[in-house]
Amino acid sequence: MAGDMRPNGKSMSIIVTKGTLDWAYPPFILATTAAAMDVKVTMFFTFYGLGLLKKKLDLSVTTLGNSAMEMPMMGGHMKMPNIMSIMPGMTALTSGMMKGLIKKKGVASIGELREAAQLSDVRLIACQMTMDLFEYKPADMVDDLEYAGAATYMENALQSDINLYI
Amino acid sequence: MADETLDTKGLNCPLPILKAKKALTGMAPGKTLEILATDPGSVKDFEAFSRTTGNKILEQDESGGVFRFVLERAG
Repeated sequence: MAGDMRPNGKSMSIIVTKGTLDWAYPPFILATTAAAMDVKVTMFFTFYGLGLLKKKLDLSVTTLGNSAMEMPMMGGHMKMPNIMSIMPGMTALTSGMMKGLIKKKGVASIGELREAAQLSDVRLIACQMTMDLFEYKPADMVDDLEYAGAATYMENALQSDINLYI
Repeated sequence: MADETLDTKGLNCPLPILKAKKALTGMAPGKTLEILATDPGSVKDFEAFSRTTGNKILEQDESGGVFRFVLERAG
């Protein structure tokens, strides 16, 4: 791998199953940081996580099911009750608020982290079954992906020091 | 004086580490990189990064909310 300084022989795999703005962060932050620490990383994108490999990212976050969500506001925190999610435009509002915070706090965008992952040779595997299931085409996805299934993941996971499911 | 300086002020986790790694990769072993950061988490993180990758922290201080690290590129 390019950029290795003291190859430590360690490896990590992550199964990425969620495609919302909030859930997209942990796998990409861990993958890029691990790669920066000379760990060989494989990410396997399946179900809604596969959407994170689309060329055009349009991620959102909803209050629904996120009952702990609160947004910093005027020095305090505003609770975002689940019930608000039935109002039209609510998901766009919460997504806009979170994207605003991300920018303001100097947090990387998912697009930036994904690019960093590709530049640091993180192995990105798109689940072929999910591609068929949701009718995605390779042309919709970023370049340099592998298309494979569970056996490919398992072979990799059996050789990895860390296996995460997110 | 470090050989190179990297300003990550205003950037949050994991960007200071990712940018530091990128900068170190382009440097020759033994060269030094000065990193400036405002992320308070970067203190623990650069220590862990250093222990794991072997890029030694030569200097470390803080002034006015800016954390400064000098790393030596591992051989």
